[in-house]
Amino acid sequence: MNIIVLVKQVPNTTNIKLDPKTGNLIREGLESIMNPDDLHALEAGVKIKEETGGRVIAVSMGPPQAVDVLTQAMGMGADRAILLSDRAFSGADTWATSYTLSKAIEKIKDYDLILCGHQAIDGDTAQIGPQVADWLDIAQATYVREIESINQNNAENEIIVKRRLEDGFERVACKIPVLLTIISELNDPRYPHMGQLISACEQKAPIQVWNAADIGVKTIEVGLEGSNTHVIKTFTPNFKRQNELLEGSTKEVVSNLIDRLKKSDTSISHRL
Amino acid sequence: MTIWIIEDKCDGCQRCIKVCPYEGIEMKGNIASITDRCTSCGACIEACKKNHAIESDIEPRPVPDFSDRQGVWVFAEQNQEKLARVSLELLGKAQELAKALGQEVSALICGKDVSHLVETLHDHGAKNVYLIEDDALENFRTIAYANVIEDLVLTHKPNILLMGATGLGRDLAPRVSRRVGTGLTADCTQITIDPEEKLMYQTRPAFGGNVMATIACRYTRPQMATVRPGVMEAMPCKPEDTKIIRHEVSLKEQDIRTRILEKILEKKPGTDISEASVVVAGGRGVNGEKGFAMLRELSNLLGGELACTRLITEKGILPHDVQVGQTGKTIRPEIYIACGISGAVQHTAGMMGSRYIIAINNDPMAPIFKLANWSIVGDVNEIVPEFIKQLSSGGAS
Ligand SMILES: Cc1cc2nc3c(=O)[nH]c(=O)nc-3n(C[C@H](O)[C@H](O)[C@H](O)COP(=O)(O)OP(=O)(O)OC[C@H]3O[C@@H](n4cnc5c(N)ncnc54)[C@H](O)[C@@H]3O)c2cc1C
Ligand SMILES: Nc1ncnc2c1ncn2[C@@H]1O[C@H](COP(=O)(O)O)[C@@H](O)[C@H]1O
Repeated sequence: MNIIVLVKQVPNTTNIKLDPKTGNLIREGLESIMNPDDLHALEAGVKIKEETGGRVIAVSMGPPQAVDVLTQAMGMGADRAILLSDRAFSGADTWATSYTLSKAIEKIKDYDLILCGHQAIDGDTAQIGPQVADWLDIAQATYVREIESINQNNAENEIIVKRRLEDGFERVACKIPVLLTIISELNDPRYPHMGQLISACEQKAPIQVWNAADIGVKTIEVGLEGSNTHVIKTFTPNFKRQNELLEGSTKEVVSNLIDRLKKSDTSISHRL
Repeated sequence: MTIWIIEDKCDGCQRCIKVCPYEGIEMKGNIASITDRCTSCGACIEACKKNHAIESDIEPRPVPDFSDRQGVWVFAEQNQEKLARVSLELLGKAQELAKALGQEVSALICGKDVSHLVETLHDHGAKNVYLIEDDALENFRTIAYANVIEDLVLTHKPNILLMGATGLGRDLAPRVSRRVGTGLTADCTQITIDPEEKLMYQTRPAFGGNVMATIACRYTRPQMATVRPGVMEAMPCKPEDTKIIRHEVSLKEQDIRTRILEKILEKKPGTDISEASVVVAGGRGVNGEKGFAMLRELSNLLGGELACTRLITEKGILPHDVQVGQTGKTIRPEIYIACGISGAVQHTAGMMGSRYIIAINNDPMAPIFKLANWSIVGDVNEIVPEFIKQLSSGGAS
């Protein structure tokens, strides 16, 4: 199987520090990591390759330093890696990002399977996978928690996966080529292999960098200019609250609290 | 495409830094300076109108004429012919948006045999219901649904299209948005109409809820968003002259490219505190297993989930997946009730984004009170049982 895995470099938001005074995110010293779901996507790709043959290409769009996650991907067993990096790509929304990624995939050409993480921990959108699938006009399955079988020799040419649903799961047969978005339940990612890491770092291993011209996109189609959505403003959720001390007997305090909750704009206020 | 600062004109007011969504400007001495995070979005140029100290070679992108794009649409999600609650919530929001725009609310529903659900959609504010019935739509399949919605959107040209940020919605919406050539904002918690441009402002959490971003889709239509279940309110209200518009489709099985082999229902795997609208959390001030049984009773009464601090998971009283904080989960429920929790930063990092925080602690100096909307200084062993009592009896007396 020819497999492409999409990996993203993200700030480690699970380790986030907030300024205790302002509640603002402290970005300095925020460590960059491979998006956690993408580790599972890579593991799945490498495992399929080991079982069925073929190759794994890791692709990432990001600033030059995103080469780190591709080095890591090579360490985990990817055969090639491609970094899409160009100033013109910056500020992209999911429309422009998925377009850029799909143009790179079209250039790579031969693929049976595209794997990506379910969602990235910085943007939390979970939109890139389905949008890439739509640009490429191929099948998709999201929330994949198990890859059951690959039937590529018979007339079927399909892959059977289990998708997590809110109330259980479903088994779906997807025509190849297909894009899967992977959730962490699928597997336990391996640690990068030292030798592979070193060869990736020494640039013996092929990590290519492609810019806008390489994938044949115009700068007005990508990055901020090519985006359909734009950030109007960002703000820190207001942590400074109207603080009210409820006083009185236990009974009074509690009934005052329930009163406040009844009047609050929450989904439970009408149920109290 | 670049932005630059004319240093002579910069008076160091830092207005540009405040408006920059990307941290693309910083102060170098007393003068603003562009960093490599700049995406040339131009927000700073607007902010520097007074001094004209920021210039760029960006050509303003023309906003097309969208006067033929009318209507606020809600995708009505159904599963086994039952409507998802979020769809009715979205119809509530849609009524508010439609009023601000002077447009109509419509719902669209697809499935095999779903015409009996139309009435409910009318009753919750949908003036028009687009109804698409086909055997191929019995189970949700991305491409089948996307083809249908694409067809409807291109024919009827809505201004806004809302979907629930459910598993189904988050699978389908991105595919539809790409297909019809528009932007999409994921998992919004707040939606308003900007009074000047009549744009839909979509606000959503990012960075695990540590930052909120307001997003607009100025250059394409429909304006699309998925909206988190539980944050909007249904508003039953039947419009006059309701209409049902049946839409015929011809779906070919081979174009759909997926087949559902089977669906397996599972008991809910462990509770997910990040999905709960109410969370009752306990810390060391709660009296062990017995105390947590009491908190569980409270959370059940409120329809919520139970959570805790790290000290509690370390003692093995509750599992790690309900620990809140830096090394646990980051959650932002509507209501967070902190019982016997001191409010260490490692804990509060995981719950600061909650809409309302209630703190119950017997130490008036506990830092948790600094974050709370409502503070109760007292013993959890007295307050919580009284809370339970009043909730179950429906009043104080
Ligand atoms: C690297 C690191 C990561 C960490 N990650 C996390 C994390 O993810 N999540 C987390 O929660 N912690 C985390 N911690 C631990 C954190 O620093 C605090 O130690 C912990 O949150 C304190 O828990 P607590 O509030 O339950 O206990 P305490 O700080 O002991 O507070 C108990 C509170 O209960 C009150 N109390 C006592 N009896 C009663 C009563 N009868 N009625 C009412 N109030 C009463 C006391 O006044 C006190 O304020 C981390 C620490 C480190 C160093
Ligand atoms: N810039 C990017 N480069 C490569 N892959 C990406 C990029 N952005 C998102 N992805 C992939 O899409 C998945 C979902 O991301 P998101 O839609 O941003 O939540 C990620 O887990 C990655 O697999």
